[in-house]
Amino acid sequence: MVEIKKHYTKVLIFVVCIILGFMISMQLKSTRRSQTVSVQRAEELTVRLQQVENDRDKLARELEEYRTGKVSSTLKQEMDNLNAYAGRTALQGKGIILTIEDSQQAIKAGENKNLYIIHDEDLLRVVNELRAAGAEAIAINDQRVTGTSEIRCVGPTVLVNETRLAAPFVIKAIGNPQTLESSLKLRGGVLENFKFWGIKAELTKSDKVKVPPAAPRQSYEYAKVVPWDAKKEAEKAEEAGKGGAAK
Amino acid sequence: MIYAILGLAIGALLGYITPGVIPKMYASYFSVALMSALDTTFGGLRAAMENKYDNMVFLSGFFVNMLVAVFFCYAGNLLNIDFYLIVILVLGMRVFNNLAIIRRLYLDEKEKEAKGKEKEKAEKAG
Repeated sequence: MVEIKKHYTKVLIFVVCIILGFMISMQLKSTRRSQTVSVQRAEELTVRLQQVENDRDKLARELEEYRTGKVSSTLKQEMDNLNAYAGRTALQGKGIILTIEDSQQAIKAGENKNLYIIHDEDLLRVVNELRAAGAEAIAINDQRVTGTSEIRCVGPTVLVNETRLAAPFVIKAIGNPQTLESSLKLRGGVLENFKFWGIKAELTKSDKVKVPPAAPRQSYEYAKVVPWDAKKEAEKAEEAGKGGAAK
Repeated sequence: MIYAILGLAIGALLGYITPGVIPKMYASYFSVALMSALDTTFGGLRAAMENKYDNMVFLSGFFVNMLVAVFFCYAGNLLNIDFYLIVILVLGMRVFNNLAIIRRLYLDEKEKEAKGKEKEKAEKAG
């Protein structure tokens, strides 16, 4: 019914039909394959899972290695330093030991007896004074005072590091013993104030003051680590200050 | 006609042998391309039956239509419009149209042949 005379026309139709057949069969194959796609995916995921598990095991092993001290010595030193700064290691050195006890004085009639016992404020003042005098590590009744430690009144006791402490309080501080002592014994200073209310305070200098480590903090819930550029921050603050002044 | 069927068979075999499948991402493009190829082929057949067949028209139609259809699909994807549905619809309609015309032409030819035979018979008889 169709007359095709030229030879290359036949070739052309032949080639086109090959392409068409190829496409049709590819399409058929693809659709048939896509029905089993979920099985394929499951297989893929199994393989992937295995890979990830292997990776995890490898990393865990690596971590264990690092923990057991296969880290380079400088890194280890740096980590030790940071741990010490964070208060996570026990420290020992020259310092003072201050023992303070509630007053044994007979309370004068009509006076507030609260004035004769040690409060969180007293401890805070001592700690503040010690820090100002360059104390490197402070502990109250073997509770290390760190950057996040609280000193707070709870009923008859004082809360430090979420631990209740009661009198007598033993405050250990590592630092220059001379400076620490004189800072506490200033005229009109902390110890003089204690003496006035009959609070017993005993200060001894020691070459071997030992301060216990603080319990490690698990992680930060709200705080995030961010880079800090001192120069930029200063500029920002300045601008904010100007803006405030303009208003 | 034999060439066409032979070509189809070889192509199908090639496709069967070829490893791998069309990735899901390109499945719609490929189906559109296939549809346009089918359309052009039937168009060519119809043209041949109408004695209007031309090599260049057929060949250029085959490839250019395919490319245009795929490009339409791609543009539709970019614009977030399901263009490929439209392309398949139009091409499908054209395929049906062409098939209808081919059928009618074929029937006409048969009728003519039949009439011619009748005439011959009548002439012979007459």
